[in-house]
Amino acid sequence: MSNLLKVSSSPHIRAKDDSSIIMLYVIIALMPTTLFGIINFGIRALLLVAVCIATCVLSEFLFEKAVGKKNTIGDLSAAVTGLLLALNLPHTLPVWQAVLGSVFAIVVVKMLFGGLGQNFMNPALGGRVFLLISFAGTMTHFEYDGVAGPTPLASIGGGNVNTLDMLIGRTAGTIGETSTICILIGAIILILLGVIDLVIPGVYILTFSLFVILFGGHGFDTAFLVAHLCGGGLMLGAFFMATDYVTSPITPLGKVIFGICLGILTGIFRFFGNSAEGVSYAIIFCNLLVPLIEKITVPRAFGISREVKSNE
Amino acid sequence: MSLRTFKGGVHPYDGKELTKEKPVKEYLPQGELVFPLSQHIGAPAVACVNVGDTVLRGQKIADAGGFVSAPIFSSVSGTVKAIEPRRVATGDMVNSIIIESDGKFIETGFEHCDDFTKLSNEEILKKIQDAGVVGMGGAGFPTHVKLSPKNPDQIEYIIANCAECEPYLTSDYRSMVEEPDKLILGLKIILKLFPKAKGLIAIEDNKSDVITSLQRLTQSESRIEVVPLLTKYPQGGERQIIKACTDREINSKMLPADAGCIVDNVATINAIYTAVIEGKPVIDRIFTVTGDAVMEPRNYRICIGTSCKEIIEAAEGFVREPAKIISGGPMMGFAVMDTDFPTTKTTSAILCMSEDEVSKYETTACINCGRCVEACPENLIPSRLSKFSDHDDKEQFEKWYGLECIECGSCSYACPARKPLAQSIKTMKKHILADKRKK
Repeated sequence: MSNLLKVSSSPHIRAKDDSSIIMLYVIIALMPTTLFGIINFGIRALLLVAVCIATCVLSEFLFEKAVGKKNTIGDLSAAVTGLLLALNLPHTLPVWQAVLGSVFAIVVVKMLFGGLGQNFMNPALGGRVFLLISFAGTMTHFEYDGVAGPTPLASIGGGNVNTLDMLIGRTAGTIGETSTICILIGAIILILLGVIDLVIPGVYILTFSLFVILFGGHGFDTAFLVAHLCGGGLMLGAFFMATDYVTSPITPLGKVIFGICLGILTGIFRFFGNSAEGVSYAIIFCNLLVPLIEKITVPRAFGISREVKSNE
Repeated sequence: MSLRTFKGGVHPYDGKELTKEKPVKEYLPQGELVFPLSQHIGAPAVACVNVGDTVLRGQKIADAGGFVSAPIFSSVSGTVKAIEPRRVATGDMVNSIIIESDGKFIETGFEHCDDFTKLSNEEILKKIQDAGVVGMGGAGFPTHVKLSPKNPDQIEYIIANCAECEPYLTSDYRSMVEEPDKLILGLKIILKLFPKAKGLIAIEDNKSDVITSLQRLTQSESRIEVVPLLTKYPQGGERQIIKACTDREINSKMLPADAGCIVDNVATINAIYTAVIEGKPVIDRIFTVTGDAVMEPRNYRICIGTSCKEIIEAAEGFVREPAKIISGGPMMGFAVMDTDFPTTKTTSAILCMSEDEVSKYETTACINCGRCVEACPENLIPSRLSKFSDHDDKEQFEKWYGLECIECGSCSYACPARKPLAQSIKTMKKHILADKRKK
């Protein structure tokens, strides 16, 4: 028995995709809106994107070095966090604040809780909300074509918004949130590549639309509804951040409940809260509900009927 | 036409092109053959020969150890050399009868039956039981027990499991190409036992040629229907094929008979044919030797008890250094330490791969992507079950239906973090079931 062969438990073959490929797909899908953001807002947007990605990757690398953990920057998840954070910042934000937000996202929200897969809150949104609270002034200062002004979402009340501009993205806002069309192209890429499905974004958007119609104060007003759907971070949040694997439920029914909670909370924050925006807060709040949602939505196994379950 | 199937499953590379076009070749063993006394579910068989006895091909060498058990027969003529524990494919040491072949293959003589319709049901069942027929797809459940359900009148479907969803395996396919009559006649024998049942021949649509030929051959059979199924692993799983064919669901606490079904695979139905019509016990089977490390991959008709090593040598040995050798297919087979183990009634293939994908990849953190959930044919959440297993949380494991796992391995296959999900779930299942037996 000299040349023994390798043994292991079945199965003995594996699918091609690994985690880093999934992250790469997300980066590719974010490219349309990133490129549009850079064209729309200029070189300063590119600078913030580069700074956030570099800071996030470097923070993860240094943190792991410091605590003696295995280097995991190759899984590309830190790069995704950096890119998403940058897309959620106004292009006028001072660089040092962007650096601070990136470090907070990676070190506090992600690494301190155990790294990839262990964080209970979306790191990019955690970083954004940290900046919103700390630097409310610079974080809510938006310029378009060199002129400071409100985002379309903030001016919907006044009634002077151009729906076509909002679809294309020729408006003030954060770097990556303005172009609904570019975000939808990215979403289609993710769906075609099998990275996300439509459940969470679909239920989220439907619930929110219903909320707008019922409580928005405008009844069934298509222009008002479209403005709310395309305005702010709703599209970017629904397709790219609410669908974050780590911080969304894994159970099929849980995904539906998660989407409903997101829609309702976004509505409450937008219509009854102080700020115009509500998506980021809604998502991180719902991230906290995920363990509870999963607990009550354990799917029935194949062949287990309702009666059997209640008998046990 | 939308094909019937189940929810979940995966689509691994199937590797069947290596062997599917090559006709089955007869291989006659030399030297020593090993017959483990436990090659079925149930009580081990009891040796009925002694060291030094001469035996003939087809002679019974071990009696069934009870009702849920099966006798074992010598596949060669020769001398009983020893009765001692030997290592089998799973790595366990199992008490075995060792027979030195005299190379002559002298048979005991088998009683042919020209018209099975003249036999009574009891006679048919007795023939199947006495021939040592067990589930030859891998489970090894004694077939006469399966064919004796509590309420025979409630059996509505006899499903011939011809899915052969396990990658690389083509033994069932070759047998359907070369001897479809055995399958059809075997199925008719079972149908005679269950007068109210309908026979369904369920085949994955990657075998469209046999779907067509079997449809033609069964045209005049009013009680037999060919059911094409979508090609997807694990379509041949018992619960999955019942779902696909009848839309009925069973769980781990139920038998197929509870859903009015009896499921047997191709090799088993062929063995029923051989037992009833040819009067011959289970002494040979079709066996796939395959993988990129093998010089001449193909199917052989082997004498049960032949060493796997010898069969690989018959296939011209290795063309590349094998990194991993598997008894069975890549999804549910056992990795073996070396090839010197005996073939049994339930070993269907030996797969020799020059690369071990499992040790090539490193395990990373679970990102909760849910691909295991999509892949699971049992509607479970494998990533959570694996976590409960890691934490030894038996209560949560059962609450999340961990015991319903059929160990198909789809979750591990699909996992982008390369986590051995199926392995940890299987381990936990084993612990919990052992605890339950103790109570």
